[in-house]
Amino acid sequence: MLDISTLHYLVLGAALFLLGVIGVLTRRNVVIVLMSIELILNAVNLNLVAFSRFWQSIHGPSALHGQVFAIFIITDAAAEAAVGLGILIAFFRNKETVNVDEVNLLKW
Amino acid sequence: MHAVVQYIQSYLDSDRTPGAAGNFFWATVYILLVFVGLSVAVIAMNWLERKILAHMQVRLGPMRVGPHGLLQPIADAIKLLLKEDIIPAEADATVFWIAPFIVVLAAFTVFVVVPFGPTHAITDMNIGILFMLGVSSLSVLGIVTAGWASNSHYPLMGALRSSAQMVSYEVAMGLAVVSAILMTSLNDQGTLSMIGIVQAQNAQQEWFIFKFFPLGLIAFAIFAVAMVAETNRAPFDLPEAESELTAGFHTEYSGFRWSLFFLAEYSAMIAVSSIAVTLWLGGWMRPFPNLLNGTTANLVFSLVPGATFLFLGAITFYNTARMPKHPLFRVQTIGLAGFGLVLAGIGLILFIPGVRVRIQDIFWFSAKVAGFMYLYIWYRGTFPRYRFDQLMKVGWKVLLPTGLALLILTAIVGMRAELLADLQGAWRR
Amino acid sequence: MNPPVATPFFFYLLAAVMIVGGVLVITRKNAVHSALALITTLLAQSALYLMLYAPFVAGVQIILYAGGIMVLFLFVIMLISIERTQRERQFNKQWLVGIAAAAALGGLFIAVYTTTTKGQVLFPNVGRVSYMESGNTQAIASLLFDRHLGMYMFAFEIASLLLLVAIIGAVVMAKKRI
Repeated sequence: MLDISTLHYLVLGAALFLLGVIGVLTRRNVVIVLMSIELILNAVNLNLVAFSRFWQSIHGPSALHGQVFAIFIITDAAAEAAVGLGILIAFFRNKETVNVDEVNLLKW
Repeated sequence: MHAVVQYIQSYLDSDRTPGAAGNFFWATVYILLVFVGLSVAVIAMNWLERKILAHMQVRLGPMRVGPHGLLQPIADAIKLLLKEDIIPAEADATVFWIAPFIVVLAAFTVFVVVPFGPTHAITDMNIGILFMLGVSSLSVLGIVTAGWASNSHYPLMGALRSSAQMVSYEVAMGLAVVSAILMTSLNDQGTLSMIGIVQAQNAQQEWFIFKFFPLGLIAFAIFAVAMVAETNRAPFDLPEAESELTAGFHTEYSGFRWSLFFLAEYSAMIAVSSIAVTLWLGGWMRPFPNLLNGTTANLVFSLVPGATFLFLGAITFYNTARMPKHPLFRVQTIGLAGFGLVLAGIGLILFIPGVRVRIQDIFWFSAKVAGFMYLYIWYRGTFPRYRFDQLMKVGWKVLLPTGLALLILTAIVGMRAELLADLQGAWRR
Repeated sequence: MNPPVATPFFFYLLAAVMIVGGVLVITRKNAVHSALALITTLLAQSALYLMLYAPFVAGVQIILYAGGIMVLFLFVIMLISIERTQRERQFNKQWLVGIAAAAALGGLFIAVYTTTTKGQVLFPNVGRVSYMESGNTQAIASLLFDRHLGMYMFAFEIASLLLLVAIIGAVVMAKKRI
């Protein structure tokens, strides 16, 4: 318990991932759903950087592939948040609601 | 007990910052020194701003509170502390309370990496400049939440405008900073650490503002404009100007909470000036360390700190002599003479050889930052305010393309030898 | 090279801050409170990156995530916030199914992380890794840009194309009249 190993970081990442999944599946407010998606991406980043440290111990101090991948995911998350919020604004202008389950114009 | 004393003394002959050497005691001492120095600097800036602005507008400024208004900042502080603490009725109390703290935290945490000398920083992170830019961008969050939590139109509009302005000019700042960082890589290895950047200027024997003339100068100019807009100061202070939006995002804040915003604004000004000084103006290096080298030149330059304070003391004594000879002015005359004695005393202490050697780097750094503070006050007294669309146009349509072009040009000029070799190799094939 | 200081204490403290922040994100009625909790989680995660000897990723996280994406979120929340959303029902009708699915996923995680093959745990302990005092940024840069060692140059260019597409997409989506 006292010696922090890779497994500790992985368990923390898994816990954050679960919180994000619960947020996406149960909340009605679109903005909070988007923020839960950001939580999921952060959990993935934490896993990647923890694994990069593990990889460093095997393959030498310049094997930082996990960190590079994490930087790409942060960039990707920024792009996705921008587009998602743009869609949200466009929809809000039409229907004046921010709840996910009221986006049902195509239902029969 | 002996182990504690030895722990404290073991740092004194090390050549790294306390953070890098892992010494907790000295790191705490440095943090306290920076905190106290910053508070004194903010108080001095308050007085200086009012007096200098007044003299630029051909009036006198505060003269009554202490001799020549020297106790005015203390009176202001007492007034702010004793004011009633008002929270708007429908405002969100938790967020309203947190917002000033976010801004103050962002403004003060930045000083962890500011280098006052080769070992006189709290720590030397190897991502120093990235850390400073990142943490100073956290103050935007505090401003946005402050505007929203006030639950009123003017603060909300002021907060949205202010944060849009800050975010736009952060891009221009980042590009200017990147072109300066490119210049550090002309040594063997580029670095992002603040102390490393100044040492790169030392090794290349040229301040980066003069490097690849005029590229360094234009990068410095872009940063100088962007940093004024980043801190919401004149002429970019539409979001908080009184005649426009009734004080913008801090309209509903009164008393101590307002003073936190004010403290954070001045600290942010000092922080971005420190970035400009470190990146372009050679940090803690004295002018001409290589051209005017030699024992006499070193001696003359090391006497400058003491001489500056003696000069300030002399000005104070001259003004003491010019005070009116009325009995009601006796207390103020004695106070001013005492202040002059304090300044002269500091000047004399700075002549002692042991102190002289240690204080030199800190003095030159602070003098350059003080020059930037004077420039801030000068801009406020000179330029009319930008309208908000003009402000955004300057940020996105003028500074950003110039910064991008500058970055590409700096990279090409810096790598011209390798590029020519590559082109010749490709031509031959 | 200095050994890390009080690692378990800081890890558990930061982990607690992150979990509490995550719970606050998914349970608050007020979207601004959720956003502030998410900012706390992101800053704690940046500190965890520092503990994992990844200072550049920590700096990028502060600048991009906490200082950029969250500002975007707060802007949008303030532009479209309407009072009545706080008085409506916050959780949708299938919350039970959602929590059951998340519990199943959690069970899967626990099953994977406690597997032992041939008596050895999945990820054995990391030994003392040599840490380049001033080389993290340079190592990432050499992985991205170096002519001989860099293997992520193509991904870097595609990422910039992705950002361009995202900018155009966001501008088009939010315009009033195309």
